[in-house]
Amino acid sequence: MERLKSLRPGPVPLAILSGLVIGALMLLVSGDNPLVAYREIVEGAFAPRNWRNTLSWAIPLVGMSLAAAIPLRGGMVNLGGDGQIVIGGFVAAVVPIYLADAVPLPGFLLAAIAILCAMLASGLWAALAALGETRLGIPMLISSLLLSYPAIGLTSWATGFPLRDTSTGLTQTRPVPPGAELPELFGPVTMGLVLLTIVVAAVIYVDRRTVPGYELRMRGLNRRFAEYGGVRTERQALGAMFASGAIAGLVGAIVVLEVHHRFQNGALVSPSYTWSGLMAALLAGGNPARAVLAGFFFAALQTGGFAMQREIQVPRVLSMVLQAIIILFVSLRYGVGGGRGPKDRP
Amino acid sequence: MNMLNAYTVNATIGGMTPILLAALAGVLCGRVAVFNIALEGKILIGAFFAIVGSYFTGSALGGVLCGVLATMLFSTILAYGVTRFRGDSIVLCIGMNLLASGLTAYLLRQIFGQAGVFSDPAIAEVDRIVIPAINTIPWLGWIFSRQTPITYLSWLLVIVVAIVLFRTPLGLRMRGIGQNPEAATTLGIDVGRTRRWTVIAAGALCGLAGAQLSIGTVGIFAEGMSAGRGWIAVVAVMLARDNPIWAAAVCLLFAIADTFSVQLQAQGLPNQLTDAVPYVITLVALVIGALRGRRRRMAPV
Repeated sequence: MERLKSLRPGPVPLAILSGLVIGALMLLVSGDNPLVAYREIVEGAFAPRNWRNTLSWAIPLVGMSLAAAIPLRGGMVNLGGDGQIVIGGFVAAVVPIYLADAVPLPGFLLAAIAILCAMLASGLWAALAALGETRLGIPMLISSLLLSYPAIGLTSWATGFPLRDTSTGLTQTRPVPPGAELPELFGPVTMGLVLLTIVVAAVIYVDRRTVPGYELRMRGLNRRFAEYGGVRTERQALGAMFASGAIAGLVGAIVVLEVHHRFQNGALVSPSYTWSGLMAALLAGGNPARAVLAGFFFAALQTGGFAMQREIQVPRVLSMVLQAIIILFVSLRYGVGGGRGPKDRP
Repeated sequence: MNMLNAYTVNATIGGMTPILLAALAGVLCGRVAVFNIALEGKILIGAFFAIVGSYFTGSALGGVLCGVLATMLFSTILAYGVTRFRGDSIVLCIGMNLLASGLTAYLLRQIFGQAGVFSDPAIAEVDRIVIPAINTIPWLGWIFSRQTPITYLSWLLVIVVAIVLFRTPLGLRMRGIGQNPEAATTLGIDVGRTRRWTVIAAGALCGLAGAQLSIGTVGIFAEGMSAGRGWIAVVAVMLARDNPIWAAAVCLLFAIADTFSVQLQAQGLPNQLTDAVPYVITLVALVIGALRGRRRRMAPV
């Protein structure tokens, strides 16, 4: 039972409170009123006219939280979300553009093919990092992160040169063919939201009700025990990373097909969905349902941050700082994979 | 490669310094079995506070000291986090990296009212040391002259770290902790305290690395200017298996590779591709290193 305790998240409310107190102190030092700042964040995120913004910001962020939570559930860390989301977005833009040139297909079919290709490409890219660990012993933590740089470089180069839309001055591809965009269904409900909800439900179901989900949790609690119990941990690492990458690819595809309708250089990386998502997953201790909640929480914090910056000129990066402080407080209570951190008192 | 000139070689050697210093920090932490992947964030903190110190004191030395002290203070999060609070070093380091990028961006706006990049004539840069005797000699002068004191110090520190680790009682204790903390405890070593001071000393090295990056090279601060150097240092530490001399050799290899990518850019290759070259080379080095030492795992991840 020692191990079980180690993965259980500590007092999250306490960590959030500590983060808010430290944030308030920072605001006081810089001469702002923390109560006013926090009220702006809450209003900016939850006032009726704003919660639609929050929701659209939450879709990619929650998606990336889920992507980060899956490996974390098994005690693994995927730091390569930036590369995976970029590959997903790039493939989702390029595939329909060039497929439509070759064969006339209805828009929704183009979109479906684009999303599947994006998920496959990103999933394979992420699995490459797992392969490095299982075959070569290169820590996945490092290889997943390093793989992001060539992914970002290659897509940026491709959008800058061979696939560039020369009719605009920006580094971006041509728009996807008409009909391949993801539609808004009714009100704030978009196709992307529906897709994400389905994936969230599927991940939670696998996590709670299926053998692979159970085995992944077991690995997270104690990898040796999982191996002893007959779990094939190498295949499992590949599978978990593939799933994680595929979800990141889906997020990239949703943003491209729903918001920008083309691949824009930097548009997927600069909002830091990956890192906020990773922090949300850490806050949730790898539990996918809680990761979704934490992702919403961080999305609200960030949307509120925009309002705070607009209304009282406090830089919105404060919300990033708050997130990081919250994670630092939570991490003092438990460890990924149970007891990997050095222990100085036996 | 006829485009290799004095300026490129000189800049490459100077540009290697932050990575080398961060790698030495990683070596120290690795020896006491603290997996430090917060090097990236620590360099950024060092770079920012070096600019702050330099701007407000008007002296480069003030900048360097400010950067070093701030980074040591920042390192206490990891130092106390992994010892007294029994946190997981990986989670702590991820949090620290994100805190560093958020905090520097926030303070950049609050202190200087700037977003993105900050440059100001009031920032005092670190002076280069010109050695007149060798300054004009090809290669020798290109490499060993016109470098900042931080660069010379970094070479000296390679030797110092090696001596401390392998030739002093302190180094023996540190290595003992790395191999078996329980045994070290029974021998009366205060494992927690040694780890804390090692991590904080490593923070000082990262502070120097940051100072070299901001006021030792261009005299500006840009958000996220550490740009993956801390991660390259982590890889250098892994490839060198926590040996400072080997870490320096790996850093030199990366520096040569970096020069190569600058050359490619000069030949007309787009910078989007050449920017990724150092990381691709790092990955390739990892794969080669892994194939050679297949039996031994690199890090306890």
